[in-house]
Amino acid sequence: MSEPIIKIKDLSVVYKQKKQTIVAVDDVDLEVEAGDIYGIVGYSGAGKSTLVRTINLLQVPTAGFIEVDGHVLSDNKQLYKGRLLRQARHDIGMIFQHFNLLAESTVVKNVEFALRHSDVNKNDRNKRALELLELVGLSDRANNYPSQLSGGQKQRVAIARALANDPKVLISDEATSALDPKTTRQILDLLKELNQKLGITIVIITHEMQVVKEIANKVAVVQDGKIIERGSTVEIFSNPKEPLTKEFIGVATGINEAIETIKNSKTVQNLSKNQILVELAYKGQSTGEPVINNVYDKYKVSANILFGNVEILNETPIGSLIVVLDGTAPNIKKAIKEFQENKVTVNVLKEGE
Amino acid sequence: MLNLIKEYLPNVYNFGWTGDYGWGTAIWQTIYMTFWSGLIGGIMGLVAGVTLVITDENGFAKNKPVFFILDKIVSLFRAIPFIIMLVIALPISRNVFHAGIGPNGALLPLALSLFPFYARQVQAALAEISPGLIEAGLAAGGNFWDLIGIYLKESRSELIRVSTVSIISLIGLTAMAGAIGSGGIGNMAVVLGYQRYYWDVMWLGTFIILLMIFIVQFIGDTLAKRLNHQ
Ligand SMILES: Nc1ncnc2c1ncn2[C@@H]1O[C@H](COP(=O)(O)OP(=O)(O)OP(=O)(O)O)[C@@H](O)[C@H]1O
Ligand SMILES: [Mg+2]
Repeated sequence: MSEPIIKIKDLSVVYKQKKQTIVAVDDVDLEVEAGDIYGIVGYSGAGKSTLVRTINLLQVPTAGFIEVDGHVLSDNKQLYKGRLLRQARHDIGMIFQHFNLLAESTVVKNVEFALRHSDVNKNDRNKRALELLELVGLSDRANNYPSQLSGGQKQRVAIARALANDPKVLISDEATSALDPKTTRQILDLLKELNQKLGITIVIITHEMQVVKEIANKVAVVQDGKIIERGSTVEIFSNPKEPLTKEFIGVATGINEAIETIKNSKTVQNLSKNQILVELAYKGQSTGEPVINNVYDKYKVSANILFGNVEILNETPIGSLIVVLDGTAPNIKKAIKEFQENKVTVNVLKEGE
Repeated sequence: MLNLIKEYLPNVYNFGWTGDYGWGTAIWQTIYMTFWSGLIGGIMGLVAGVTLVITDENGFAKNKPVFFILDKIVSLFRAIPFIIMLVIALPISRNVFHAGIGPNGALLPLALSLFPFYARQVQAALAEISPGLIEAGLAAGGNFWDLIGIYLKESRSELIRVSTVSIISLIGLTAMAGAIGSGGIGNMAVVLGYQRYYWDVMWLGTFIILLMIFIVQFIGDTLAKRLNHQ
C-alpha cells in the first residue's frame, strides 16, 4: 500500500446565508493513493464540487484537515496562503466542465499562462507549452483562438494547461459533461493515458457511472455532503450496498431498464408456482454460465436467461444475468445456495404464485 | 479656397487659424482637455471599476468596507450634474492646483465627472467575465496581478467600446466647459458664435465637434472588432 497523496479528514464546508445554512460537505474523510483514478459520483447538489474544490483551496473549508502531496493545505483554521498556496497549486492541476479558457489568448498562450510562475525559463515557456500541446494531440492548433476549436479540443487545451507545472494530482470537475459521447470517450482515454504515462493521480467528479466505469479504479458515492459508499470500482459494481449506488450502477449498465421491461413481459407476469425470477451477479473468475449448467445437472433446476450484461472493469469481468429459475421449491433453494457458494450474488426479483 | 471662405464665411475667416481665438488653437484646446482629463479620469475610473469588481461579494479579493465606501463615492459623484461640478471644482483647481482658467482649469471638473461614469462602465464590462476564468487562473497558481490581467485582457474589446462612449461624452463635456471660459471648440461655437450671432462660426464649431466624435467612434469600433475573439 502506497502512502495516500491526498488525505482529507473531518472536512466540512458550511455555507451561511441570510436565512439558512447549507452543509455542503459534512464531516468527510477521503484518502486517494498516488496513481489512483478516483471517481466521485453523486447527483446535482450532493456537494461533489465543493468537496473537490477544497483540494486546491478554491473552496476554503469550514473545518478539517487537507494534505496534498505533503502540503498541509488546511489544518482546521491553519490555511495555506499567498505564495505558498500558489506554489502548492502547481502540484494540483484542474479542468472544468466549461473549459474556462482565455478567449482573448491563443491556445499556446493559454498554456503559457500556467507557466508564469514556474521554474521554466522565460525563453523556454513557449517550447514547453508546445510540448504540452503535442502531448494532448493539439500542436497544430497552437495559434488558434479557443473560439475556433471544438469542445473536445478546448478540453485538451485545458488539460495541457493543467499539466503545465507537472502536477501530481489532476482534478476534473465534470470535464466531460458538456461533450458528446464520442468526444467524452476520447477525453477519458486521454486522461487514462496520462495517468499511465505520467503516473498522475486523477480525481474525477461526474454524475455518470459510465465515466467511472470507463476509467476509475476507485469510486466514492456522495449524497447530501457525505460519502455514503466507497471502494474499488470492481467491488462497487459487483456488490453495491446503498440504494443510491445501485441506482447509479443500474443506470450505467442498463440493468434497471431491463428489469422494468422484463417485469412487464408475459413470461414474468404469469410466473408459475415453481418459477422464480432472479438476478445473478458475478465478478471475475466466478462466471455464471457453468454454475447454471451445474445446477441443472444436480437439481434439475433450469435457468431461462432473459437478459445478460458483462462489463469489463480494470480487466475484471462483472456479469449480470436476469433469469427465471424453474424447479421444485426445495431444489430452487439448493440451487440458490449453490450459486452463492460459487460467489454469485442472487437477488430475488419476483416469486411465482 | 481661402478666398471662398473669406467671401462666404467672413467671421470664420476673421478668427484665423492661430492666435488666442484661432480655429487651430480651439481644436488643440479641445483635444488637450479631452486627452488629459480622459487620461486622469480614465485611470481613476478604471482603478475604481476594477476595485469594485474584485472586492464585491463574488470577487476574488472580497472586501466589504472597501466595496461599500467606493460604491458610495462613485454613486455620489455620478449624481452631481456636470454644470454644478464645474462650479464646485473650478475654484479648487484655481486655488489648489493654480490651474487658472482656460483649458487647464477645466481638467479637474472634467476628470471628476468622467471618473464615476467610466467606473460604472468598467464595472459592468468586467462583470461579464465568467467566474470560471478567475478560478482557472487561481487553480493555475496565478497571483493578484495575473487575475487582474485576466479581467482586463478578456474584457478588452468591451473596455474599448465603453471607452469610446466615454470619450465621446467627454468631448461633449469639454464643449460645455468651453462655454464658461475654458476655451476649445465649444467656446468657439457658443461664446464666439452663438452669442455674437456669428452663425457661420457656430455651425463650423458644431461640424468640427461632430467630426471629432465620428473619428473617435470609428477608431473605437474598428479596434473593438479587431481585438474580439469571443
Ligand atoms: N457559493 C455557494 N453559496 C451557497 N451555497 C452553495 C454555494 N455553492 C454551492 N452551494 C450549495 O452547496 C451544495 C453542494 O453544491 P455543489 O456545487 O458542491 O454540488 P455538486 O454535487 O457539485 O452539484 P453539480 O453536480 O450540480 O455540480 C448545494 O446545495 C449548493 O446549493
Ligand atoms: Mg458541481
